[in-house]
Amino acid sequence: MDLKLGHYNKDGIEVVDVEGEIDVYTALRLRELLIDLVNKNNYQLVVNMEKVEFLDSTGLGVLVGGLKRVRAHDGSLDLVCTQERILKIFRITGLTKVFGIHNTVDEAIAAKKSEK
Amino acid sequence: MATVEVTFTPLPAHVRTARLVATAVARRSGVDESLLDEVRLAVGEACSRAVEAHQRHCPAEPVRIEMTDQDQRFVVTVSDHAPTGPARPASPATDTGSPGGAGTDGAGRDGASRDGMEHDGLDHDGIGYEAIGHDGESAIPAGFGLAVISGLAEDVRVLSTSSGVSVRMSWPSTAAAS
Repeated sequence: MDLKLGHYNKDGIEVVDVEGEIDVYTALRLRELLIDLVNKNNYQLVVNMEKVEFLDSTGLGVLVGGLKRVRAHDGSLDLVCTQERILKIFRITGLTKVFGIHNTVDEAIAAKKSEK
Repeated sequence: MATVEVTFTPLPAHVRTARLVATAVARRSGVDESLLDEVRLAVGEACSRAVEAHQRHCPAEPVRIEMTDQDQRFVVTVSDHAPTGPARPASPATDTGSPGGAGTDGAGRDGASRDGMEHDGLDHDGIGYEAIGHDGESAIPAGFGLAVISGLAEDVRVLSTSSGVSVRMSWPSTAAAS
């Protein structure tokens, strides 16, 4: 399926819902959304990947790019993901050490608040 | 030996189709269900880097995928025809072996050697970066996609010649050749 994107603010943290496939074709849209959110001064991001069916290295590049952007403003980008097939890609690439990965959006938000 | 060949115009939109076909053929070849996600991702990565190479050098030329059964293995070869200059004697082919560290190192080296000949390999978002834009920041290094493939496939060989790069991957299959 195609990529569906949505976002909302919860407790001052911008949550991005991603559904579908993030690949070389669709990653552009996620990248543009993350850039747009940062340009609008949202530096605390949670990307909810629970409905992501496919993620490739292009998608990883977009997420890392987003992380770099928010970090430039002392922000952070955390992920919500419990799917083993998606988590495996983060493990293979060592990116589990780069991103905070949580089981639920609420858990991710709570973790961010405790960091503040 | 049963063979399926697919050629497609080097557009990112077709990469999804390619990996869906590869997954379907893998299933029919008897690749275990638990490995199909790996096949899908690895073939997608190989096709993404081939599409990028063609868009850079020869956008009119199609990317080619060959899927076949050989000796109880499902073998996928993704070939591009993008010129790479003189073949590098240091890395004519790499058998990266089993998943994990050694394989990742092998593919990373190959990807880096090839990309290093064409551009700096450091200042973009990695595979497919032209399709997703280029803002001069370093997010993912070149060759990252090949590293992902090596972490997924049991057997990966990257053959780089002056006429292009072939990525050959295989997984165990149980189906009798038909």
